[in-house]
Amino acid sequence: MIWRIDVFPREEVPSKSIASQIKDLGLVKNCKVYLRKVYFIEGNYSEKDIKFITSSLLTDPVIETYSFHKGLFGKKPQSNEIVITYNIGVTDPVALSLEKAIKDLSFEVRNTRIGRYYRFEGLRKEEIRSIAGKLLYNPLIEHVLDYDRASKMDTLDEFLGGNYTFALTTVDMLNAGDAQLLKISRDGCLSLSLEEMRIIKDYFKNLKRNPTDCELETIATLWSEHCAHKTFRGVIEYEEKDEHLRSIKKTTIHNLLKSTIMKATNEINSRQCISVFHDNSGVVKFNKDFDICFKVETHNHPSSLEPYGGASTGIGGVIRDILGTGCSAKPFASVDIFCFAPWHISYDDLPPGLLHPKRIIKGVIKGVRDYGNRMGIPTIAGAVLFEERFLGNPLVYCGTLGLIPKNKAFKKVDEGDLVILCGAKTGRDGIHGATFSSKELDEQTVALMSAVQIGNAIEEKKVTEAILRARDKNLFAAITDCGAGGLSSAVTELAQEHGVEVYLEKVPLKYAGLSYTEIWISESQERMVFFAKKENLEKLEQIFQEEDVDLTVIGKVIDNKKLTLFYEQNKVCELDMDFIFELPKLKKQALWVSKGESVTDLEDRKNYNKELKVLLASANIACKDWVLREYDHEVQAGSVLKSIYGIENISVSDASVVRPDLQSEKCVAVGLGINPFYSDIDPYWMAALAIDEALRNVVCVGAGLEKTFILDNFCWGSPQDKQQLGALVRAAFGAYDFSTYFGVPFISGKDSLYNEYTVEDKHIAIPGTLLVSAVSVLDDWRVTVSANFKKENNLIYAVGFTKPEMGASEYFRNFKIKGGMVPKVDKKVAKKIFEKLSSAIQKKLVTACHDMSEGGLTVAVAEMCMSSGLGASIFLSDVPQAADMCNAEVLFSESPTRFVVEVEKGKKADFEKELKGLPVGLIGCVSKEKKMTVYANDSQELIGLGIEELRKSWTETFQEFR
Amino acid sequence: MKPKVLILRTAGTNCDKETEFAFALAGAQTYLYHINHIKENARLCDYQIIAIPGGFSYGDDLGAGKILSLELLLWFKKELGEFIERGGLMIGICNGFQALVKTGILPDLDFQQKVTLTGNDSGRFEDRWTYLEVKSPKSKVKNIWLKDFPEIINFPVAHGEGKFYAEKAVLDAIEQNNQVALRYVDKGGDAAGYPFNPNGSLRSIAGIVDKTGRVFGLMPHPERFIFEHQWPYWKKKKLYPFGLKIFENGVKYFL
Repeated sequence: MIWRIDVFPREEVPSKSIASQIKDLGLVKNCKVYLRKVYFIEGNYSEKDIKFITSSLLTDPVIETYSFHKGLFGKKPQSNEIVITYNIGVTDPVALSLEKAIKDLSFEVRNTRIGRYYRFEGLRKEEIRSIAGKLLYNPLIEHVLDYDRASKMDTLDEFLGGNYTFALTTVDMLNAGDAQLLKISRDGCLSLSLEEMRIIKDYFKNLKRNPTDCELETIATLWSEHCAHKTFRGVIEYEEKDEHLRSIKKTTIHNLLKSTIMKATNEINSRQCISVFHDNSGVVKFNKDFDICFKVETHNHPSSLEPYGGASTGIGGVIRDILGTGCSAKPFASVDIFCFAPWHISYDDLPPGLLHPKRIIKGVIKGVRDYGNRMGIPTIAGAVLFEERFLGNPLVYCGTLGLIPKNKAFKKVDEGDLVILCGAKTGRDGIHGATFSSKELDEQTVALMSAVQIGNAIEEKKVTEAILRARDKNLFAAITDCGAGGLSSAVTELAQEHGVEVYLEKVPLKYAGLSYTEIWISESQERMVFFAKKENLEKLEQIFQEEDVDLTVIGKVIDNKKLTLFYEQNKVCELDMDFIFELPKLKKQALWVSKGESVTDLEDRKNYNKELKVLLASANIACKDWVLREYDHEVQAGSVLKSIYGIENISVSDASVVRPDLQSEKCVAVGLGINPFYSDIDPYWMAALAIDEALRNVVCVGAGLEKTFILDNFCWGSPQDKQQLGALVRAAFGAYDFSTYFGVPFISGKDSLYNEYTVEDKHIAIPGTLLVSAVSVLDDWRVTVSANFKKENNLIYAVGFTKPEMGASEYFRNFKIKGGMVPKVDKKVAKKIFEKLSSAIQKKLVTACHDMSEGGLTVAVAEMCMSSGLGASIFLSDVPQAADMCNAEVLFSESPTRFVVEVEKGKKADFEKELKGLPVGLIGCVSKEKKMTVYANDSQELIGLGIEELRKSWTETFQEFR
Repeated sequence: MKPKVLILRTAGTNCDKETEFAFALAGAQTYLYHINHIKENARLCDYQIIAIPGGFSYGDDLGAGKILSLELLLWFKKELGEFIERGGLMIGICNGFQALVKTGILPDLDFQQKVTLTGNDSGRFEDRWTYLEVKSPKSKVKNIWLKDFPEIINFPVAHGEGKFYAEKAVLDAIEQNNQVALRYVDKGGDAAGYPFNPNGSLRSIAGIVDKTGRVFGLMPHPERFIFEHQWPYWKKKKLYPFGLKIFENGVKYFL
């Protein structure tokens, strides 16, 4: 029997947030929407039982009341009432918690579902339908309960899948011609090319049999772009042409990753690196007891379809990468970086099939917030960028850092080890996620509902606690996460050097009806796989039981170099490990054509107050404390310099600093560099500038280059397009050159390709985007510096050389000025500046330090004024600069490796001595008057703005999100 | 002998390690256990202090602290009553506070829920530092946890459901019985609206204490201010980390 319970406040008030969103749509002026929570509970309960369950679990007696009845609907709903519930197979964390609580009350429970009831006033039926579709639910995961169908239902079983009877499926490859091979790949969503299909056909020809569906899926997963990074590891014929289309360079790259990113790390050969590029994250030294590890992932495609689910499973996935590093690390901090389209686009201008940017922005932030906060991992740093081309394809980068005990950084697998799966049960979630990321999105892909998932943070939190307890008792020696490809990639990769047998019927399922192949490739979230000795099983079971986490032995390691799968004693897969991991090397063409650069002459104005205010209000610069404040950035109690700081805590730090081990004085700084706009001029310099920016940010707080490490995350368009690939290669060259020169090694990275979208005839590729994430180890938390001015009359220095490098700058983009030079990193000077400034901070000669980035010198000084409540007087003539620059260029150029530094008068000589020989100018001082003043070479006042006025421009932009 | 502190965690608790760290720093012998472990293996009367830390117990899926409070009532109701009557100390921070009011341990230890902590007026989770007025030394509020505190202190809050709410009669009774331990105020110590009162709590209540002065529940996080560097403004000015003193007061009570 199904019972429905509606829970609502004693005094019902219409939802303010939904009303304001409806207003945004421009449809209706005045309407009211009332919201109730709906619970469907199926089981053998009396009315008394339901009242007891409801009052014990579902209501807050101080503020809420409820109604209940049998069936999904008591009576036919009015036309202004709807109930929204999840689609079949979408995991609902609330339902799982409810089931646990009902069992706590000693009742049996058959099924539960959760819904949301909405009642609308002042809206017509068709308006309700339109609003519901645009605002209230996403058909990929939810639906409006249909009265005619649902009122007849007497069980919720149909929500839970059907029966499955085993039948082995084979795919006829041996008799397939090329056209047929391609059809097999396409129909099965395998994303395998003809060349790859031919290689697979040959393999099975040798075996004199056809592959099973499961074998084909396994190969497709492990050869997918997501798991194998075939573009970065493949062969690339690269050609470079100058702007007159003359060929200036031709070369064959056999493995882009090994010949750029990893090559840099090998050449630097830092003794601080423990484990780089061969595990789920990169591990470096921290203190005498622990190492730290860091990984950044992207979850772009899923976030474009279901922002909340996509972002939450993004952060959930990267946390599991940390849990799956070595013998498991404890996650201690997260970072999140988003690239969105501007949110002012009207609903009418939105191409079909795309979600409105506002919905994506809110959904993504909420997804990261809910998952990260529930996990108890502080989200300590982030960035949000806006650009039109991210409309069809937002970028969602999620990163996590972990703390790992010494000697736990490596895995060890032995014959006979048990293969253990723990965490959530397996369902049809995300089947084909791995191959999905190899495909450019089109409307048909969007219809592939099963690729969209929702995260359950509490399950992952439980898994984390159980695993870390087991780790500390040395109960296992190898672990990895179930990510893209699910068990198929996790188990196979972990057992790669040995061989493994898996019994698929043992895998605990969410609901019946999954085939052996679905079990094997399911991407259900919150699962980990580890290998343990048989004698430790009992102890493991004890821990996992106490933590309420499922743990199941699903196979064992056998030294035969084969992957063998069984379902109820039927062999469904037998592949040679060597074949699976010997990827075909595909050849791709890449071309880079130089775009050329030119200096754009700017007219000098008498006053730049207006320009500064426009820049402060521009989306990429404006105050974003509202995002960071929704993240619990202080849990685990280690924060030293927080993501938001200064007056009213609304300024955003250059880098965040935390103490992951409260027993130790050492701390960790995290800084980010990302600026896709430069890619349009030259991706080589875009990469150099991303590295420069990430390093600037950590140097600002006092870090030194020798204990700084970086991560690369490339998000790019289709590598099938030779110009896109050419740009990617050029960016990778830049990454190599500057990592090597600075001696700052890459320790981990990831690429996400095919970030493109086609709607009708409109093709959108994102600008090539490299995120560089830097992590530094600092010896003493006391010796760190924040970016706000500390005291009036302190001296203000500009460090670094300013050139007329305005191409793709905030100034040019805001004022629609074309052309210009891309900023170029002078690596010799840059390295010295980084070293000397860091040492000046270590010697306590600096009281505040802030880098000049978007908006240049002027925005940097304005930010320091706003964060401190103190004013500043600045003289442009004292800024170290190229000859003949106009005022706008000195004010707003985005030349790299520059800082604004505050120094006490008494430390003047020492500071100048420390930075001797470098481009350093004493440009002004901190003033008591709450005003920022900038004087031109001829002492004319170019900018004169009160701090309140600056703040007003800077904080008004995101008013509707606050 | 060091007093024994039980830090009780469950699925979704996430401030347990730092709460344990704070008690250890304050001189306690700490025991961090999952509620399932206590259910099977231990007795509450083995401890002098019980702390329920912050987090999202069971995801707060049926309301903040709801399922945890149900389990406390189902499994430990009698023992908890005895523990407090025998002179034990209890502190519930954030999610722990939510559980203490939902079990009805606060305000009156009669296991009847009279007050609640519900969704912030802002409609969202927020992490921000607050000014808190301590209703302790001068007023008649008896609270061993806030002994020798200054009038105004700074702790951060980080929650989505922290709005203190009760019927007027209940609020009046809490005030009359001197049970309001902490109130959100502005910089100058006056009652103020958002963001000083970060969640819209009625009468700006941030924490309450039971009539014995031994059971304390608060939304702000004292365990996040036990080192000077945790205060956001420490690079400009030093502030004594008063969070630590709460844990020290608990420990000293037994010394």
